Amino acid sequence: MPNIKYVYEIKSRDFMSAGDASAYIKSVLKKLGLDHEIIRRVAVAAYEAELNIAIHSVGGVLTVEITPDYIDIIGEDRGPGIEDIALAMQEGFSTAPEEIREMGFGAGMGLPNMKKCSDEFRIHSELGKGTKIFMRIYIGGGSNEQ
Amino acid sequence: MNLDRVANVLNAEILLKSANWEHVDVEYACGSDLISDVLAFVKNKTILLTGLTNTQLIKTVQVLDIPAIVFVRGKRPSEEFIEAAKQIGLPILLTNYTMYVACGLLYKAGLKG
Repeated sequence: MPNIKYVYEIKSRDFMSAGDASAYIKSVLKKLGLDHEIIRRVAVAAYEAELNIAIHSVGGVLTVEITPDYIDIIGEDRGPGIEDIALAMQEGFSTAPEEIREMGFGAGMGLPNMKKCSDEFRIHSELGKGTKIFMRIYIGGGSNEQ
Repeated sequence: MNLDRVANVLNAEILLKSANWEHVDVEYACGSDLISDVLAFVKNKTILLTGLTNTQLIKTVQVLDIPAIVFVRGKRPSEEFIEAAKQIGLPILLTNYTMYVACGLLYKAGLKG
């Protein structure tokens, strides 16, 4: 199987579209006949990445690359960046504003959830520039999920 | 547990049935008003009990393959939500019970968490 790469532009605060990329990727993985649990982890990781870009940045790009051995999900945004990554990785910590929380987002589970879903997780952030999140999920298993 | 039984236990109004209504077999339920918590904790085919009615919830349902949704506390979704649910074949039930009572009744009837 050749590698398949998808690149999606994610707009800030566009909650009608956030999730479309993940839903599409999920349908592709289902057609490829991948394991249900792998599909769930990829879909949740990609959806959380989409939501984070929509909630916290002025916009960004979600890239998903499917290879025979693993799936890479990369979220890259333009925005304020994260001041304290260790704090942002804590479950329950969120900087989402009140109007976002009223919609049911901003539980402070996004980043920890992305990490939990991935086998490899890296985050790099620069204040005033943006944040890049790299996640890799191996198709043959190797989950680090508890 | 089938969806007719879920509706019966919750004394629920069936707002929307899907084509596969008869064949949906529910084992688990999750009650939450936080989308990220739902994303973090739902793993198996689980029905969702919630008071959230914003249309973004449809995306969450799609991402997690949630087979049916129950709105608690007498909440009613918008026409836009119902239309989106129709398109993805998502059954919708409405109950006047609070989240606590609705979850308790389903747990007592045998649905796992």
